[in-house]
Amino acid sequence: MKHLTWITAAVALTASAGALAQQKSAADGIAEYRKMLEDGNPAELFEAKGEDLWKTARGPKKVSLQKCDLGLGPGVVKGAWVQLPRYFADTGRVQDLESRLLTCMETLQGFNAAEIALTGFDKGEQATVAALAAWISAESKGQKMALPQGHAEEKRFYELGKRAFFFRGGPMDFSCASCHGEDGRRIRLQDLPNLTKNPGDGVGFAAWPAYRVSSGEMWSMQRRLNDCYRQQRFPYPGFASDVTIALGVYMGVNAKGSESIAPALKR
Amino acid sequence: MADPMRIRAQMAGDKATVRVLMNHEMETGLRKDAGGKVIPAWYIQDVTAQLNGKPVLTAQWGPSISKNPFLQFSVKGAKAGDKIAVTWKDNKGESRTDEATVS
Repeated sequence: MKHLTWITAAVALTASAGALAQQKSAADGIAEYRKMLEDGNPAELFEAKGEDLWKTARGPKKVSLQKCDLGLGPGVVKGAWVQLPRYFADTGRVQDLESRLLTCMETLQGFNAAEIALTGFDKGEQATVAALAAWISAESKGQKMALPQGHAEEKRFYELGKRAFFFRGGPMDFSCASCHGEDGRRIRLQDLPNLTKNPGDGVGFAAWPAYRVSSGEMWSMQRRLNDCYRQQRFPYPGFASDVTIALGVYMGVNAKGSESIAPALKR
Repeated sequence: MADPMRIRAQMAGDKATVRVLMNHEMETGLRKDAGGKVIPAWYIQDVTAQLNGKPVLTAQWGPSISKNPFLQFSVKGAKAGDKIAVTWKDNKGESRTDEATVS
């Protein structure tokens, strides 16, 4: 009889341990997984490549990008990422990091920006842009998002971005806001940030570019947005097009003050 | 020429913790491209680590290891200033060695 009691106690103990394990939510599980991988984020490999590409003389004109102005003056990289997209007087446009890189690659190095924009992700000079974005964002890691809104064009792009964010369409009548417009939404097990306000440190806009473990790819914000549109079954937006930049302004301004952890690590 | 690895080696107690990030496609040979053709296998087969030239780790890898693999191990008896060298060799016969100093 005594033995039986012991067994019952042991069974009860196992059962409670099982219940405890189940209490851990899916989000906790994903957070734990990210924590385990954090130490060896392969984005670092792309950072190294990006830094190298920045400093190497390349393109038809055989010059480096070291004179490229990312908004804080020619060649200033540190802190540039958390202030993009912003208005650039030389092009007369609001530009995000990727579109600005295309401008620099065209004007300084002699590449054809339009051609690069039409190139598939990870191919040719698109891979260069992704690596550069990884390094440039890493140079602002830990800084707080501080997109300027002083210029009229920057304000106009914020409003444009807001409209694009709430614009419903496509075969499923989706908008960005369908998934990212309120708290507590998710796709399968992925918690989705509410991007109509500040989602917090290192979430949403402050977490891209990122390395995606499942596909082994380095994604810039442009690619992230491209995939959002794919999931909405919209036609693909043009790379570095005004609508993608406007969405960047909308999300970036909303995320003001949150800490950038880019390049981050995603499942 | 393959891209360089990232190696960090730090003392933790009497052991050195070594973290290695390798640049490699690690193609399994089971995937197909957009045209339906099999993408040929291309993965790291042998990994070795040396402490001041003396082997401390050998491993045989296969196609189940992820793209851009991360490897972490600890080495007993290492001291700050020691040299840790890591070498991989893939099934195409290509190889790469990178070195780091224990700090």
